[in-house]
Amino acid sequence: MIENPNEVVTKALVRSVKVPGLDKPVALITLDNGFDHKKPNSFGPAGLTSLDEAITAATAADPAFIAITGKPYIFCVGADITGMPLLSSHEQAAELGELGHRVFARLKNSTIPTFAFVNGAALGGGLEVALHCHYRTVSTGAAALGLPEVAIGLVPGWGGSQLLPNLIGIAGAAQVILQNPLTQKVLRPKQAKELGVADALFQAADFLEDSLAWAAGVVKGDVTVERPEIDREMWDGVLWFAKNQLDEKLHGAVPSANKALELLALAKEASFEDGTAAETEALAGLIMGDEARASLYAFDLVQRRAKRPVGVPDASLARKVTKVGIVGAGLMASQLALLFLRRLQVPVVLTDLDQARVDKGVGYVTEQIDKLVAKRRLDEGTAAKLRGLISGSVDRSVFADADFVIEAVFENLELKKQIWAEFEKIVKPEAILATNTSSLSLTEMAADLEHPERVVGFHFFNPVAVLPLLEIIKGEKTDDATLATAFAVGKELKKSSVLVKDAPAFVVNRVLTRFTSEVFKAIDAGTPLDVVNEAFDPLGLPMRPIALLQLVGPAVAYHVGETLHTAFPDRYVDSPNLKKIVDAGLPLLVDDEINVEVVKLLDAGDAPLTADEVRVKALTALAEEIRIMLDEGVVAQAQDIDLCMILGAGYPFHLGGITPYLDRSGIAEQVTGKRFLPDGAANVRRA
Amino acid sequence: MPREVREVVFVDGVRTPFGKAGGMYAETRADDLVIRCIRELVKRNPQLPPERVDEVAIAATTQTGDQGLTIGRTAALLAGLPKTVPGYAIDRMCAGAMTAVTNVAGGIAMGAYDIAVAGGVEHMGRHPMGEGADPNPRILTEKLVDPSALVMGSTAENLHDRLPAITKERTDRFALNSQLKTAKAYADGKLQPDLVPVATRSAELGWGLATVDEAPRETSMEKLATLKTPFRPHGRVTAGNAAGLNDGATAALLADEATARELGLPVAMRMVSFAYAGVEPEIMGYGPIPSTEKALKKAGLTIDDIGLFELNEAFAVQVLALLDHYGIADDDPRVNPWGGAIAIGHPLASSGVRLMTQLARHFAEHPEVRYGINAMCIGIGMGGTVIWENPNWEGFAK
Repeated sequence: MIENPNEVVTKALVRSVKVPGLDKPVALITLDNGFDHKKPNSFGPAGLTSLDEAITAATAADPAFIAITGKPYIFCVGADITGMPLLSSHEQAAELGELGHRVFARLKNSTIPTFAFVNGAALGGGLEVALHCHYRTVSTGAAALGLPEVAIGLVPGWGGSQLLPNLIGIAGAAQVILQNPLTQKVLRPKQAKELGVADALFQAADFLEDSLAWAAGVVKGDVTVERPEIDREMWDGVLWFAKNQLDEKLHGAVPSANKALELLALAKEASFEDGTAAETEALAGLIMGDEARASLYAFDLVQRRAKRPVGVPDASLARKVTKVGIVGAGLMASQLALLFLRRLQVPVVLTDLDQARVDKGVGYVTEQIDKLVAKRRLDEGTAAKLRGLISGSVDRSVFADADFVIEAVFENLELKKQIWAEFEKIVKPEAILATNTSSLSLTEMAADLEHPERVVGFHFFNPVAVLPLLEIIKGEKTDDATLATAFAVGKELKKSSVLVKDAPAFVVNRVLTRFTSEVFKAIDAGTPLDVVNEAFDPLGLPMRPIALLQLVGPAVAYHVGETLHTAFPDRYVDSPNLKKIVDAGLPLLVDDEINVEVVKLLDAGDAPLTADEVRVKALTALAEEIRIMLDEGVVAQAQDIDLCMILGAGYPFHLGGITPYLDRSGIAEQVTGKRFLPDGAANVRRA
Repeated sequence: MPREVREVVFVDGVRTPFGKAGGMYAETRADDLVIRCIRELVKRNPQLPPERVDEVAIAATTQTGDQGLTIGRTAALLAGLPKTVPGYAIDRMCAGAMTAVTNVAGGIAMGAYDIAVAGGVEHMGRHPMGEGADPNPRILTEKLVDPSALVMGSTAENLHDRLPAITKERTDRFALNSQLKTAKAYADGKLQPDLVPVATRSAELGWGLATVDEAPRETSMEKLATLKTPFRPHGRVTAGNAAGLNDGATAALLADEATARELGLPVAMRMVSFAYAGVEPEIMGYGPIPSTEKALKKAGLTIDDIGLFELNEAFAVQVLALLDHYGIADDDPRVNPWGGAIAIGHPLASSGVRLMTQLARHFAEHPEVRYGINAMCIGIGMGGTVIWENPNWEGFAK
């Protein structure tokens, strides 16, 4: 019998409840792990066993109906994934699948009517237990509903892949099981009702009361539940379309998505027993696969490490930030102003060389506020507050009482040094001076200041409002109070901050540029552009190299490349072909195809590589670079590199960011002689 | 500006089942109880556009924690009434909800409101009587009030002293009858229509649903005779012949009669008069006598005009004091026909509306009755009385 010694057991508490209008009592099962909503309910082996016992007790009481609901705010957020890395054989993994199937099926096969009252968040196995019930109600207060398994390398393995398409149709099921997980989306309660996932939607204030009364109406026959007939004609077509979309994006690199497609296809005609048996097989296969293990590792990084960054000084050292100054009023500066304004809600003042630029910067911010109001993403009261807090001035003395000053001017060391020297005369000695540089040395920038200890790097990723990563750079002299303040500000900005040592291009740009460097080495050697471009498809990266280059902008890529080439000339090439592309200023892609004009520009060498060679060389380079970065102490651990790549570059969960892939493919050991992570941490243990 | 006084009517009233302190509502918030009532009133009266509610007056004796924060306003917001609907909090101890009703009635009569919600809540499990109270030391030093006035059970013992005709045997019998009448009313399905089921959380047991009062119990004269007299050795007041410590909430819709008719809202009772009166705080249970005298006088009625009584049973002795005063028999069928607070419970500031809701139901069943009374005693020596007219009175049809 499988068990997880660390399982936080979600108990299923059965209570006999009298409901007006019913002669027999109702058996109401509450899922509750004994903690508040911050530690949500989940199902591990002991939790499933508790539910099994609860169903037995409920059934034995011969109630009018059996209903299952959650603790406040939480129904159940799915399988206890902390136990999955402990599963060490296909048999054990299959046992977990079968246990859930067996227990949940009792609700489906019950001769007593069964109901799920989805009072709060219901994800994965939580939604699946609800899907097994004969009827479902959902609260307007439920934060999220969904089957996100595919995103963490798994499939809905407790009946979801078979029940959902037969409840709401294949199109809705494909959205919930494939599209939503891969775009980090969940269902809101109203959508769940509209899609047919729930039969009734009730207000949160008296959700349970209304649900019980509604269920009583159903069993008495006063309430009729209407469900649409399932259209099986469109089944194959929808899945064909979904597969094409997935292949275009993932190139088959995500086994969980492919398995989910197979299971959805099976759900068209297979018996429930055959369908769930296939689910168990698929789930066990995935759990015993490296992609799922890497995904679970990545999920943990994003959920936990991102919230508790490593190596950060005690938060109590942080100073209060009551006013923010922004040097520069260009687009980046204006975007930063908007971000600080919205999140910190303190006075934000922009400055630049002349009034016209300042006005333009402030104008951008107020325009964006208006747009947010129009899109109903900001209420008018907050908007009025924000409009009152943003200002601009060419007179730098308004920075005198700012606690946090960030510059976003042109990337030029001398210019930045000069700016800080001037501002140091105006601001308080303990005011934080933050730089938004993406490649310049913080230590050099601070070198001539009277108080270099208050300089820190704030490296955002474009678009700053959207991308969650913030690389916080510690200069040689940066002190603890400054760092603590920087991390506190990062948290208030709702960014996931990672502590990075002052080193060329920091983390994401250094890794991505090394990658680009290898790509251009291959191009310079004469490898056709399309071969290079498609060489990485087997990895399922979010973008092909040329599209990535287009997004970053060849000029920016070239600039960062130059910085790194200067720092590490033997590892980063100064590619003549990239220079040509920059100079030509042509779009790299036209209608998603490589621009033939760009191809014509290139000086092709005479030693073209195959796609496999390109990929292996690039991955080899990444392994080498990341090992050097760790040896240099750029970040504390390989986990930080992965977190940065996931949040800053969109590297996929199934690669675990990147180091789990470099480990499991053997490249890490071949290139550096050792793994990045212990065996089993983000892969199925080999030994 | 010439002004006409407008008729104030009681449209509808609901309550939560009453719990025992520390019982089924131990993990349920006080404000959630009254929010449930307000939501139920709105649901039961779909003809009422919620934005037409001009006031939400909610009473609580201990206005702190989940009974604080101007509970009439916060409960209205949390109940989902439009933000344009105002609200406030009221305290007159046991007569909180009654005062909420008479306050909004005054506003309706003079034309300030068309529709109002009035109610009360008391979670005595979370807020024991006197929680956080800081009585002025002058009460003792200047002997302004007998110290026993602050202990309600002691005031009931004091009332026994003054009215020796009311024996423990009589109060126990009255209490037993209250239990029997309530049990019968439940069996006949009389009380259930007033009740709003409440989902009750228990971390240990899981969710439950409160659908009946928790306090009613089976008892007998023999059992009642064995109970302790906690307020005085060899006293007369026991847990059996007094209301317990309870959790619960009530809410009612009050309206200008013309507005009610315009909107198609039911008219269950028409307000005739109301009065409050003070007495010596150490015999607070005597309070309903002068308040009833006052209310009758204002209405130009005598006690003989009253066909039904819904009286609060804080203590049996206090009800019997009123009945004796008017020469009404202890077991007069017009009095508390479905039992009272001794059985059902008395969550202080909520009880007034329970009395009214029940009287409204009696009116519907008794077209032969024209007038009815609600009365209750109030801590620190007061009584409150409201006289209502039955719109279903058969005399109107003639």
